[in-house]
Amino acid sequence: MAEFKLPANSILTKGKNTAAPSGATNTKNFIVYRYDPDSGKNPRTDTFEVDMDNCGPMVLDALIKIKGEMDSSLAMRRSCREGICGSCSMNIDGKNGLACTTAIADIEGDVTIYPLPHQPVVKDLVSDLTNFYAQYASVKPWMQTDAPVSPDRERLQSKEDREKLDGLYECILCACCSTSCPSYWWNSDRYLGPAALLNAYRWINDSRDEAKGERLDELDDPFKLYRCHTIMSCTDACPKGLNPAKSIAEVKKLLIQRKM
Amino acid sequence: MSWNDPRPMSPHLQIYKLPFTAKLSIMHRGTGAVLFAGLILMVMVLLSIAGGAESWASMQSFLSSFIGKFILFGFTFCIYYHMCNGIRHLFWDIGRGLELEDAKKSGLMVIGVSIFLTLFTWIIA
Repeated sequence: MAEFKLPANSILTKGKNTAAPSGATNTKNFIVYRYDPDSGKNPRTDTFEVDMDNCGPMVLDALIKIKGEMDSSLAMRRSCREGICGSCSMNIDGKNGLACTTAIADIEGDVTIYPLPHQPVVKDLVSDLTNFYAQYASVKPWMQTDAPVSPDRERLQSKEDREKLDGLYECILCACCSTSCPSYWWNSDRYLGPAALLNAYRWINDSRDEAKGERLDELDDPFKLYRCHTIMSCTDACPKGLNPAKSIAEVKKLLIQRKM
Repeated sequence: MSWNDPRPMSPHLQIYKLPFTAKLSIMHRGTGAVLFAGLILMVMVLLSIAGGAESWASMQSFLSSFIGKFILFGFTFCIYYHMCNGIRHLFWDIGRGLELEDAKKSGLMVIGVSIFLTLFTWIIA
């Protein structure tokens, strides 16, 4: 059953306020989710007044500035700062995205930053994605073949077949889509979620893979696949512009087609 | 899913700015629930007819009151919205209209058509 309210240990409290250095004239408030596992206290939101005349253009720039100059205890994941590693995924201004590819200028007023929604929080903006990765692994995201492979030749694919993987292989597993999905919030124990399903479709759709039937058998389940109600929050959230909702619809279509 | 993790759950519904398509999806669920309740009302109407002139008269006076009309008007909209959005779902099921922009447009269409059909029904009724 869907639980709409936060558990008692997760209710937010108001945290501290850190002002910008004196002399700063162009400031913007960053309201950041904080949780310290050692304190035993509920999570809180801290407000940081950031000097925008002295800050890079992206939300990640502001977070690094906050960590470097205002509060070194802030925990977050980040690496490539160019939208390919998928580490700095978080909820920014009410929508999931990558901090490194979200421009501060595109956000009106205060910038609220939360960890990816409906996940266990390890510390501050770092959420535990163990379940998400396990679901990805469960779709066996590798090529399965029975045919013997020749040691001196690659598995070839026509240009057209290769094009069928466009819009699928680009997934960086940032979890923005899955954690934006209300259906995933209520059923992530059984529903695989948009990211795992998009990747399942990526292999179903690969002309070189020989386990299409088994892959479809595995997904033909009222919860694993059919908890998708085409809410399209996933597609709206994807920072790579992919369309998991469409991939899921294609899998549903394939399941019906093979019964006819 | 009960939460028996000592760590907090990150906020979700409380903070997420759901896109237009998600709001329509919630409305589809909501109107579906209203249709279920409305069917009970319809059965009660049928029972009142079966019960004879007196019980029908009291049902009729309830239905023609302001509250009764308000309920029927809402029920009409719910029927049309659920039907139009159901057709939208059928298009999705054959793999059409799944681009985000198309889904927004078809959503606007569903709202427009269901408002039009509701008003049209009440004007000719």
